[in-house]
Amino acid sequence: MSLDLSRFRKSFFEESFEGLEAMESGLLHLDVGQADPESINNVFRAAHSIKGGSGMFGLDVVTSFTHVMETLLDQMRDGSRKVTQDVVDVLLGSVDRLRDLLEAGRDGGELAPEDVADQQNKLEALLGHTGATTANADSNDVQVTEAQKDHISHAAWTISFYPQVDMFRTGNDPLRIIRELGCLGKLQVEADLLQLPELSQLDPEQCYLGWSIRLDGKVDREAIEEVFVWVAGDCKLEISPVEAEKTAQTVSPLAGSVVGANGELVGNRRVGDRRTSDRRKSGSTAKETTSIRVDIDKVDEIINQVGELVITQAMLSTLGEDFEMEKIQALRSGLGELERNSRDLQESVMRMRMLPISYAFNRLPRMVHDLSAKLGKKVQLDITGETTELDKTVIEKIGDPLVHLVRNSLDHGLEMPQERVGAGKPETGVIMLNAYHQGGNIIVEVNDDGRGLDEAKILKKAVQQGMVAADVKPSREQIHEFLFVPGLSTAEEVSDVSGRGVGMDVVRRNIQSLGGTVEVYSEEGQGTTFKVRLPLTLAIVDGQSVAVGEEYYIIPLISIIESLQGRGQTFNKVAGKGELVKFRDQYVPIIRLYEIFDAQTQARQLEDGLMVIVEGEGRMAAFMVDELLGQQQVVIKSLEQNFRRIDGVSGATILGNGSVALILDVPGLIRLAHQR
Amino acid sequence: MSASTQIENVAGSKAGELALVGSELTDSDSGQQFLTFMLAGEEYGVDILKVQEIKGWTPVTRVPNTPEYVRGVLNLRGTIVPVVDMRMRFSLEQIEYNATTVIIVLSVRSGNADRVIGVVVDAVSDVLNVEESDIKPAPDFGVKVKIEFVSGLATVDDHMVMLLDVDKLLTETELSELEAASE
Repeated sequence: MSLDLSRFRKSFFEESFEGLEAMESGLLHLDVGQADPESINNVFRAAHSIKGGSGMFGLDVVTSFTHVMETLLDQMRDGSRKVTQDVVDVLLGSVDRLRDLLEAGRDGGELAPEDVADQQNKLEALLGHTGATTANADSNDVQVTEAQKDHISHAAWTISFYPQVDMFRTGNDPLRIIRELGCLGKLQVEADLLQLPELSQLDPEQCYLGWSIRLDGKVDREAIEEVFVWVAGDCKLEISPVEAEKTAQTVSPLAGSVVGANGELVGNRRVGDRRTSDRRKSGSTAKETTSIRVDIDKVDEIINQVGELVITQAMLSTLGEDFEMEKIQALRSGLGELERNSRDLQESVMRMRMLPISYAFNRLPRMVHDLSAKLGKKVQLDITGETTELDKTVIEKIGDPLVHLVRNSLDHGLEMPQERVGAGKPETGVIMLNAYHQGGNIIVEVNDDGRGLDEAKILKKAVQQGMVAADVKPSREQIHEFLFVPGLSTAEEVSDVSGRGVGMDVVRRNIQSLGGTVEVYSEEGQGTTFKVRLPLTLAIVDGQSVAVGEEYYIIPLISIIESLQGRGQTFNKVAGKGELVKFRDQYVPIIRLYEIFDAQTQARQLEDGLMVIVEGEGRMAAFMVDELLGQQQVVIKSLEQNFRRIDGVSGATILGNGSVALILDVPGLIRLAHQR
Repeated sequence: MSASTQIENVAGSKAGELALVGSELTDSDSGQQFLTFMLAGEEYGVDILKVQEIKGWTPVTRVPNTPEYVRGVLNLRGTIVPVVDMRMRFSLEQIEYNATTVIIVLSVRSGNADRVIGVVVDAVSDVLNVEESDIKPAPDFGVKVKIEFVSGLATVDDHMVMLLDVDKLLTETELSELEAASE
């Protein structure tokens, strides 16, 4: 009988990755010197479930690797090992390696023990170290590791394993057990087929086999017993050592990688490193979205709402059967009900896609931890508002820009400890991450209390690059804007952290592709704040419908600053061609939408139309339209799916009457108008 | 939707029709079925397996900065579908849309993606069973007549049907030409 494990595979990997995150955050929360037993327990539990699951799916490399981590954690848990920075760092490194392994496993790659040999060496070196120095309070745990030059373990074991016939019923699989044994050393397995009945009497759900196994490897009895721990009561098990047989080849593959000469391993590791990083790249691009976990409450809510919708529908159809004009009031209220139902339902469905932003924040503590150590800076990372929810797609795409912003604050913003003390600030710098709702948007702030932007230097750089004339004095806001221009970096040296001048422009572009904006505020000597504004969801926008001649278009509300009557405005012409309208003491270029779209319209005079003042990518423009029709939420539909991308149009939507209206791409239109 | 008889899911009902035709013709399974339609007095055929549905003409939303023959886009149960006027595509004389004007919704292969497009034709006429051997290659008219979409000619009951390769109606090259034209 073979149980179909493939459908569990996916959830195993999902859970393992969650477990890894739990391990990582647990490790980061461990205070060196005084470990909180609960955090260690959390980390231990996560490691243990990964180990258990990986055994079931035949990921032996993962199993044995996690086993060593677990041993170390176990010592920390029972207090026989002190929590030191070293241990935490090695464990963090191991978490990374484990993630590589699991990603490779998920994508069907080959798992080779060499990939993790170096990390495993480090872990085992730590373990070996304790064995020598601590007063061997709990010798059993130490002995479990294969790295030990133990004096109790035997070189080989014979195991006779006869499970009871109903073993499968308890959910155990002898094959898995034998595989797990294989992690401990070299196996020779012989199956005993004597109990096997005639084919006609064979019950596929029963186990008739027995095995006699020879295990070569320096393993102690307890490690073997642990493999059989789940089936201990359901089988006849005899474990006995093979006496005094010293053979050179009876070194387990694990021990081999440990004992193996250092020089050889370094070469090995390099190859392994490169391979795993390649894998990570291909893996993350191929399978970004898998599934989401939805709170059962949210699902229940939707079921209730669907119920209400069905009731309303029944009510309306009864009403429609013998409709008379007197019942118009009832019809109206029924339709009102329908509208409310569908809006509620829409909101609930959207909420299913909402995840707390902590998913995007989770990567940051680790990065700050690593990077601050590398840069020699002292940093405290404060995160607030991590339960703020936003759309899953937005969360997936906001991760990289956020990492970049935090990295920038750490590298450029915060000063070195002595410099901070000199400036009268506390030695430890603070980076604050804050997320909150504002209007229909999510605001994410990345704030540091560092030196602030060096405006003079940015300006100098901008002049050097020819972005601005030397004699112009730009405003502070304009100087801050230069930060987002490609190719500008104020870091004196290019480090592998930052300074190549690609970065802030990419950050801005990524955020803009999500329909968001990013602004920077800075005070010399006080610090810098990046304010990222994101829409709650990508699937729905608030739109203003406008009429251009006979045609309807939707302008995203987020880009509209104000709408003006054409009559009574001050219009100017530049060089007889470019038209400008005066708006709040600024001259804004006019874009006649009917010209760009080649549409038929009555209103050809600027005075007859309406000016919708819009902003996109920092540029303002006035769209001339015939009429403003109303504001509504619209669901974005793709034009590209069946057709192609249209300049100046970001998508389409379906109006209440079933017809299609195009959604305008404001920055694109401004660019388009500039080209003409 | 008066005269526009909605024959939804033509492709789906094909099995039934095959059985029907099979009883009349002995070796029907070697042939191919085509939906034929009229365009300026000529009869054209498209592979029936490419046809998703047929619907009456409804006004579409014009899309700016696209070639004239793309009449616009249509809401087909929530997806946005471009609609191409076949008379304009073949540079034929324009007529007013009337009660028999229909949009044939086709599922075409473009590059490595399946796209859904609608084509406006004068009227649908018939479902034909054409033997492989009855399909003749299209003659070369030179540059005067656009025949790149014509995959072959078939003679049925003394009249000729031009068989169209619908995948070429809005193919990748076509699209990139469109893009080049609009830029």
